[in-house]
Amino acid sequence: MAEVKLFGNWGSPFSCRIEIALKLKGVEYEFIEEDVYNDNKSPLLLKYNPVHKKIPVLLHNGKPICESVVILEYIDETWEGPSILPKDPYERAMARFWTKFLEEKCFPPMKQASWSTGEEQEKAKEEATELLKILEGTLSGKKFFGGDSIGMVDIVANFIAHWFIILQEITGLELLTHEKFPKLGQWLDDYLSCSIIKETLPPKDKLTASFQARIQAATTSK
Amino acid sequence: MAEVKLFGSWGSPFSRRIEVALKLKGVEYEFIEEDIYNKKSPLLLKYNPVHKKVPVLLHNGKPICESLVILEYIDETWEGPSILPKDPYERAMARFWVKFLDEKCFPAMWQACWSIGEEQEKAKEEATEFLKILEGTLSGKKFFGGDSIGMVDIVANFIAYWFMILQELAGFELLTKEKFPKLNEWMNEYLNCSIIKENLPLKDKLTAVFQARFQAVAAAAAAAAAK
Repeated sequence: MAEVKLFGNWGSPFSCRIEIALKLKGVEYEFIEEDVYNDNKSPLLLKYNPVHKKIPVLLHNGKPICESVVILEYIDETWEGPSILPKDPYERAMARFWTKFLEEKCFPPMKQASWSTGEEQEKAKEEATELLKILEGTLSGKKFFGGDSIGMVDIVANFIAHWFIILQEITGLELLTHEKFPKLGQWLDDYLSCSIIKETLPPKDKLTASFQARIQAATTSK
Repeated sequence: MAEVKLFGSWGSPFSRRIEVALKLKGVEYEFIEEDIYNKKSPLLLKYNPVHKKVPVLLHNGKPICESLVILEYIDETWEGPSILPKDPYERAMARFWVKFLDEKCFPAMWQACWSIGEEQEKAKEEATEFLKILEGTLSGKKFFGGDSIGMVDIVANFIAYWFMILQELAGFELLTKEKFPKLNEWMNEYLNCSIIKENLPLKDKLTAVFQARFQAVAAAAAAAAAK
């Protein structure tokens, strides 16, 4: 009997992506909460992801799959339901390209802009702004990165729509605003309105409290 | 009429990956040599405005960038030997290892070759740990892809060729037959495949380029130290 387990963390955007995908496909799964931030990873997690020791890990019929983007492709290939990747090979290539762009180029400076200070922060803010401009350009004439409905790129961009926006509010950064990025702003609104997204994102106040605690810990440790 | 062009560079492992894949599938293509170190062409900048890098595959006028994305596109578009396995779990494993190679192994191995002092020692340790992991995945398999080369083998071209040349030039011995017998065996099999052999840059040409760069790096380090 097919058995699906997901090792994840309530506050992780990577873990959240997998939950969105599984819900899109209507797959029932058991969620196993891992205490990743306190370095209290379970023996099972370390057994199923010995290379990276990270969440998310999907366990399907006892076989582990690691790395969120790899898991998303696996989910799309394994279960029927709304497509996560487009059907056309060229569109699939575009989706994979933008997913890589988000993960490898956008997220590091956006995180850096949120958590660093001084000159390091200024540099990260400039970099993030340039990258957001590129993303803004790709949304021309589309409701979502995936077209009329959310797809791989939208799922992977969850960090921008929720985690980054919350961090922005806390830190007073105004990198991504409706005025500067009208298309991204509209995408944010449409994305956060999707029921599957709304149901799956971690609660804003819980995430805010967690970020504020981390900022305080970082400031007091200096 | 289907038209395939590849913007690449003779010495780039990323560019060579695409050539191997196209040849595996028996796809005819026009190769456009880009002078990436000196002057990128307007066409390259037009087709890859985001990264401005090779390789770029142009198929029926539409550009695809990023070597891993291109490899998946080639596998999905043309018939012939599979680059990725058919089974979804095996495909996931291939994608996992490809990511591991590109995001973990290569940066560490590249850094081990080009850095100096403490930075180099740290990179060498890291690269060694990653190579041990790779060694483990080869248990009982001729290639990462099984009996024949697949995506992971194609992407690991850097290890089998570029890194071995760099290692020799830099004068250290990270990846040896003694330390990594399975990887060594894999390298021999891999470099023996005609499709691989026929698509590698000439060793002396690559060596000359690397030597020039080593000298430039050493000169820059000396100039910095003299200040």
